[in-house]
Amino acid sequence: MTVLVKGAGVAGLAAAFELSRRGIAVEVVDAAETIGAGASSYAGGMLAPYCEREAADEAVLTLGLSSADWWEEAVPGEVIRRGTLVLAAGRDSGELDRFAARTRGYEWVGGNAIGELEPDLAGRFERALFFSEEAHLDPRKAMAGLYAALVERGVRFHLGSADAPSETSYSAVVECTGAAAIATTPGLRGVRGEMLFLETSEISLSRPVRLLHPRHPLYIVPRDSHRFMIGATMIETDDDGPITARSVMEFLNAAYAVHPAFGEARLVETGVGIRPAFADNLPRVLDHDDGFAIAGMHRHGFLLAPAMARQLAERLCGAKHPPFSPNPSFRQGAIQ
Amino acid sequence: MPQFYGTEVRSRLLLGTARYRSPAMLAEAVRRSGTDIVTVSLRRETAGGRQGGAFFDLIRELGVRVLPNTAGCHSVSEAVLTAKMAREVFATNWIKLEVIGHHDTLQPDVFGLVEAARILAGEGFEVFPYTTDDLVVAERLVAAGCKVLMPWCAPIGSAMGPQNLPALRAMRGEFPDVPLIVDAGIGRPSHAATVMELGYDAVLLNTAVAAAADPAAMAEAFAKAIEAGHMAHGAGMLEPRDMAVPSTPIIGKAVFS
Repeated sequence: MTVLVKGAGVAGLAAAFELSRRGIAVEVVDAAETIGAGASSYAGGMLAPYCEREAADEAVLTLGLSSADWWEEAVPGEVIRRGTLVLAAGRDSGELDRFAARTRGYEWVGGNAIGELEPDLAGRFERALFFSEEAHLDPRKAMAGLYAALVERGVRFHLGSADAPSETSYSAVVECTGAAAIATTPGLRGVRGEMLFLETSEISLSRPVRLLHPRHPLYIVPRDSHRFMIGATMIETDDDGPITARSVMEFLNAAYAVHPAFGEARLVETGVGIRPAFADNLPRVLDHDDGFAIAGMHRHGFLLAPAMARQLAERLCGAKHPPFSPNPSFRQGAIQ
Repeated sequence: MPQFYGTEVRSRLLLGTARYRSPAMLAEAVRRSGTDIVTVSLRRETAGGRQGGAFFDLIRELGVRVLPNTAGCHSVSEAVLTAKMAREVFATNWIKLEVIGHHDTLQPDVFGLVEAARILAGEGFEVFPYTTDDLVVAERLVAAGCKVLMPWCAPIGSAMGPQNLPALRAMRGEFPDVPLIVDAGIGRPSHAATVMELGYDAVLLNTAVAAAADPAAMAEAFAKAIEAGHMAHGAGMLEPRDMAVPSTPIIGKAVFS
């Protein structure tokens, strides 16, 4: 039995990894020439189930709790466990209380503790929430690591349209096509996300910093080489055109509010990705005509891909007689 | 029940659709609130001439009347353009007109608001202007063709509740026949009940419901408070006095009142 995984983004790579570790022969196909060509490369890479709980269902927290462990096992050394710091400007201090009331897993920290956690932010904020158990990773490095691990296990990749295999020669197909599935999956919609990279050696951060604001909450995730990923908007459209001036202004304005040194940083990259989402913004493993699909990762690709990949593998291995009986319609899988 | 531009509505609660955790949660809040009007912003969603994504389909599927808004517009031309886009996308002449004058407080630019209202009313739009509690501005809006007024009671999203009750009371007195909807600044059901007790026709909410821990339950709580405030206004409330009034005779004391 060989399974074909369609899509080499975070969901597809995680699915291939989870199947391959169970001894299932896997091949991966993607119409793009590179892995992570969709929204995955623009992800924040925050493994922050407690912070996400503030504006997401409890399932995001429960499914996301073991995510950092999964990534550490899959791509050793890529997971950085230094927590998340949530800040607000003095006049928006009430937003911190509101945020805290909607989740758990934090401790309140004052100005001195903020300076100990992030020396470059010393004296700039008086109050913050510190989520010590959260982690982050660099999505591009993590996907490259998964790719290398899969190749080492003998997983064959068909990248680029010239190398597309015939789907009928596989015992099951697993669709992990992200935004490309919106047109064919009932109930799936696109949510636009914009981000940018700043580069400066004038300041450094050890962990993701979220700046709360009544209208424009954003996060800054430190990367290697003095880079900072700043994101992300959530706009209800599937328009994947270039980032708008307003979004850039809001990101830069907020970054400047976190630290004025960002004013002299270089803007080295901008990006736009379309996140596929169902009406409840929760991902699903769906039954498909000739296999399964992982769909609707929304803004939780890296946080929830491990849980969805595990669900998929369990269902695929649990099926008695693959290949699967044809099923003309999608059925929604339960979130466990 | 109140009528807005000749359309009678069943609920005195209008609900915004932004900032919910998910469209599913929004749908549940709409259902529990009993509202039959939701407002939808288009400025960012239709940037670059797009018709908006599947989110707009979800809004249409709620089965309630859509009042599109021009939230996020900072100039007359932006607001007029967004209103025209809204008419195409939602096939309605209704438009909740916002022209933001102050980026930080989102205070309306009342000069631009009057100008945009005049332009849009002239093009057949039925304008619901988001304004302050200033009576002169309100008069200009009515003269520009507005048949509904939507004063704030505090800055958008501030949850501060009514900051100037005498001004809201004066507006009600000045415009007895214009439907008045308090549009912004409501934080909790008691705030909504307070403005309804003044005789306002309806209340528009967004953040107070969307950012609640349980938006659907909060939506229902607001619906009840709004109905209670409205009913109390109609029932005739006692005016406060500066001393107690016993409801039974006091034995042994002469009462001269």
